Amino acid sequence: MLKIKNLSSGYGKLKVLKQVSMHVKAGEIVAIIGANGAGKTTLLTTIAGLLRATSGEIEFRDRPITTLAAQKLPALGCVMVPEGRQVFAPLSVEENLILGGHVLRRQGRQLLAEQLAHQYELFPILHQRRQQLAGTLSGGEQQMLAMARALMSKPSLIMMDEPSTGLAPLIVQEIFRVIGRLREEGNTVLLVEQNAKAALTIADRGYVLETGKVILQGSAEDLLANRDVQRAYLGRERIH
Amino acid sequence: MFWEEERECIARDELEQLQLERLQATLYRVGTHVPFYRNKFFDMKLDYESFGSLDDLRRLPFTTKQDLRDNYPYGLFAVPLRDVVRIHSSSGTTGMATVVGYSSNDIRTWSNLVARILTAAGVTKDDVIQIAFGYGLFTGGFGLHYGAERLGASVIPISSGNTRRQIQIMQDFKTTALVCTPSYALKMADVMMDMGINPSGLSLKYGLFGAEPWSERMRRQINERLGIIATDNYGLSEVMGPGVAGECLECNGLHVNEDHFLIEILDPETLEPVAPGEIGELVITTLTKEAFPVIRYRTRDLTRLLLEPCPCGRTLQRIQRITGRTDDMLIIKGVNVFPTQIEAILFDIEGTQPHYNLVIERQQNEDRMTVLVEVVESMFFHEMKKQRQVIEQIKKRLATELGVSVEVKLVEERSLERFNGKGNRIIDKREL
Repeated sequence: MLKIKNLSSGYGKLKVLKQVSMHVKAGEIVAIIGANGAGKTTLLTTIAGLLRATSGEIEFRDRPITTLAAQKLPALGCVMVPEGRQVFAPLSVEENLILGGHVLRRQGRQLLAEQLAHQYELFPILHQRRQQLAGTLSGGEQQMLAMARALMSKPSLIMMDEPSTGLAPLIVQEIFRVIGRLREEGNTVLLVEQNAKAALTIADRGYVLETGKVILQGSAEDLLANRDVQRAYLGRERIH
Repeated sequence: MFWEEERECIARDELEQLQLERLQATLYRVGTHVPFYRNKFFDMKLDYESFGSLDDLRRLPFTTKQDLRDNYPYGLFAVPLRDVVRIHSSSGTTGMATVVGYSSNDIRTWSNLVARILTAAGVTKDDVIQIAFGYGLFTGGFGLHYGAERLGASVIPISSGNTRRQIQIMQDFKTTALVCTPSYALKMADVMMDMGINPSGLSLKYGLFGAEPWSERMRRQINERLGIIATDNYGLSEVMGPGVAGECLECNGLHVNEDHFLIEILDPETLEPVAPGEIGELVITTLTKEAFPVIRYRTRDLTRLLLEPCPCGRTLQRIQRITGRTDDMLIIKGVNVFPTQIEAILFDIEGTQPHYNLVIERQQNEDRMTVLVEVVESMFFHEMKKQRQVIEQIKKRLATELGVSVEVKLVEERSLERFNGKGNRIIDKREL
């Protein structure tokens, strides 16, 4: 699905990502974990085309996308749920969702309506709030809206940047439950998270970023059992 | 049958992506955690963080057995000792012992890879597997044991030795798969004969043999005498232990677990890659080891890549059975001779037994090699002429194929020492 080789990128003279190689296969949830400033968001924004790679290759569904313009990516089936929700505050929930489905507009209203209904089924709270302005939603509801908006276009890969940021623990649980469900429906998810434990618990595989480099990779099970990961990201050392 | 079909039949480009990701993480690990590699990279002015292709491997330094000895015991570990859950040590048959360590993830990976080679060799969770490798610091026993448990087979951890008891248990416990060295399998066949036990009355179906070089002829003998399908498997403690490579039921070369080990075949003299399919020294880089990663470990084992795709469907590349060791290489009158070459010739000749010794002496500044080989008893009843014919036949073949002339002596059956573990058939009396 997604294949990245030796990707480097950054902001001006500041090199953030250094020779990152990784891949995501269809139907997988892959987590990228790492501390603040490790380059997780830079990695996502570079894949999404919002930031130009200084070197390296990105292939999405066997097609090079390294230099593709950001706005063309959703039509290929790759969407991003940005950090901090970034919903359109002055628009209603439903208007936000319809905007998310704009790549489907040529395929007819029927599909759009189906997608809308599907999101309401996945996130019942959004159905209740469908006429409410997005800006008036709680943080957790906004996060759900951002996810639903991304799912509207029936993407083949969903990239999520820190979906748990700034949310109450109970809401975080709910968000991760939905991500788990996305996999059951055959979606492919690339998940960037500081909450390493929650991310690795639902992920199949993971990569650990540190100062812009992949320092560890492996199955989620192996990473959870890795002592370095436990010390640095899980906040404790498991005795057993 | 596959254990992890997705991995064992992986497409080449997918495998290379995985190998690259894992190599980059491994280089980071050794570059930051292992002073030996950090200093080596620094001295070579090697920016390992810039590695972007598997071909860059060729720029990396080698690791040798001597490096392991110099860093005895824990110098090459990439994790603190508190994260190490197992320590093994190499047999030290050829010098000072070396020490390797495993994290809990390493043990899991190891078990999984051994389960892979067991499955490839025909073993399933329904089998009763008798592990007659030594349990202890040697990786063979525990390596196979954990893999067989992971597979779900019923494991008999009998360890090595006490052959009569081995056979008794094999009979009583209805063992279906045997794990040991190939020479020990033949010894078992001998002892079965002594005990009056007919192997065809046993439940044995499969045998997984390793830890020492052997030959096709030995395989045929084991298959015939024990009534099993014998497969070869390969591993070494410095890299992990058993589970590095193993044969499938095609019995034609060992599939290397390339998603965990990157292999190269190099000319042992020039250290440049040999042409594809040529014999050379196997050099291994680990891709997933946490506690004891090694970069370009020189195994000193000689093999070659088998280039044709395997009919079993596995895409993991095959290597030929180990055809010798670079440091077993004997130099006789200036000619490089590998004992396994001699073995292959001996076993091809009618009337000989797969037991032999090589005695090398120096007389008046000249090397003299004598091959002692066991022959069937009946040969000594014949007139001298028959014996002379066999001797001449062996001498002639050795001379043409090795390029040196050797003496040959026939000895009676069972007069040479048998080995439970790795055999040492070379008696070098030269004081070099």
